Amino acid sequence: MSDAKVMLTCKNVSIRYKVGDFKNIGLKEWVMRRLTGKFKVVDFWANRDVSFSINEGDMLGIIGTNGAGKSTLLKAVSGIMMPTKGRIERKGKISALLELASGFDADLTVKENAYLRGAMLGYTRDFMDKTYPYIIDFSELAEFEDRPFKQLSSGMKSRLAFAIASLVKPEILILDEVLAVGDGAFKAKSEAKMREIIKGGATTILVSHSLGQVRDMCNKILWLEKGRQIVFTDDVEGVCNCYEDYLKNRSIPPKYDPVAARARIAARAAEKAQKAAASKLVADAEKANVDNLKGVS
Amino acid sequence: MEMFSQLQKHKFLFEELVKRDFKKKYKRTILGMGWSMLMPLLTLLVMKIVFEQFFGRNMNHYTTYLFCGNLLFSWFSESTNHGMMSLFNNSGIFTKVNVPKYLFLVAGSIQTLINFALTLIVFFFFCWLDDIQFTWRFVMLIYPIFTMMLFSIGIGLILSAFFMFFRDIEYLWRVFLLLLMYGSAIFYPIDGFSQKMQLMFACNPVYRHIAYFREIVLKGSIPSVETHLVLAGVAVLAVLIGALIYKNNNTKFLYYV
Repeated sequence: MSDAKVMLTCKNVSIRYKVGDFKNIGLKEWVMRRLTGKFKVVDFWANRDVSFSINEGDMLGIIGTNGAGKSTLLKAVSGIMMPTKGRIERKGKISALLELASGFDADLTVKENAYLRGAMLGYTRDFMDKTYPYIIDFSELAEFEDRPFKQLSSGMKSRLAFAIASLVKPEILILDEVLAVGDGAFKAKSEAKMREIIKGGATTILVSHSLGQVRDMCNKILWLEKGRQIVFTDDVEGVCNCYEDYLKNRSIPPKYDPVAARARIAARAAEKAQKAAASKLVADAEKANVDNLKGVS
Repeated sequence: MEMFSQLQKHKFLFEELVKRDFKKKYKRTILGMGWSMLMPLLTLLVMKIVFEQFFGRNMNHYTTYLFCGNLLFSWFSESTNHGMMSLFNNSGIFTKVNVPKYLFLVAGSIQTLINFALTLIVFFFFCWLDDIQFTWRFVMLIYPIFTMMLFSIGIGLILSAFFMFFRDIEYLWRVFLLLLMYGSAIFYPIDGFSQKMQLMFACNPVYRHIAYFREIVLKGSIPSVETHLVLAGVAVLAVLIGALIYKNNNTKFLYYV
């Protein structure tokens, strides 16, 4: 698959956040702190030297613990933020679903919100007129069409958001913790839809805390930890194992080492089996004891 | 020019934003759009009573004189106050989706322009009641309306950017608007002031717009070429400064949400 079209490349992307005294302090405080020299701004690197590239039709899973810099990276990929260092090259239309239900207007109706969202994603009115029936049908919100958004449940909101983003046929689709929404039935439906889109050639980036989902759907994986890139590879299974291993035992460094991880997982399983056997022994002994006592009386 | 091609590209979003602002504004009030016409009328009434009854102003067409000032000043004050919040109020959108940020402000200013147009109709009705001679020169009123719109968009851009960095700009601007109101000769004529004071009035862009209106409506004559140049110049300057601030901070606003 070396001839596949490269859709997105990130080269040594670093993103710096500023944290500290600079916001929400007001004009007076700002002047005071500047004058007294107490004004402090600390740099915080949300991402450091992240490099990866994905081809047409790829599905990239991004994993990492909270605060690893996943969402920040996605913001840079979708163009909301500029990387402080490094370069991002993208080809094609990006549809980003970041923090799903936000960005909708609580006072507008479902229909108005759908159009507004479609407009934000860069589609035309004709296109929305055509796709709107599908959107409302897919999200199963036909009877709520004219309700203000604030009256919907959060599951319904994310359903609408998913329906809009997935039905509008983006070339690159970014999903941030999206598939974890909705009830069981809708989850199955949305996963089926996702597969359909991927088959249709859309390139997808999925951020998920559900390793099952990542194992299931992704063919490439990027592991971030505290802003640093641990590994980028297509050995999804191996990385998932390492990550799972790391989650269970935070004392080991986050490292991509499938052999060691497998060994540790095996060892842990063995230990568990041993413990189970031991506790079974104890239980059996106790039972035997009770039986004995019964026999005595 | 780049802005216009972008506007073309984002026409659908722009229309949807205008619609949203419109719906949100008129949803909760029973009188709906009526408020937009009623509010300036009520203000006008208060001013008329106060200044005619208590301060004994007796001037020909005083109501029209007052209305000219009130009409333009309340438009300016509404659109800058509205504009100041436009970026912050839409921070939920621009931190999630990559859209040009000035769209929020421009869409909002369409909203205030509609309000102004409604009041303008009432204004013409009052002119008619006040026996003002309508001439073809009234067509020229489009000029100060256009420059005022640009000027308030420019000021709105500057304010909305500052508001992201310092929220207390809101209070400072409110005080400044009060000062501006008294300094714009809305309810008094400036003929009696010294040369120096008159120069101060000439430096006030809002007053220049009001004066333009009065010259056409009350005197029936078209202001000088210099006035036209000043109005356009100030408006363009304000928009340029605002656009520059937006351009330089485009990806920085996000950190201040």
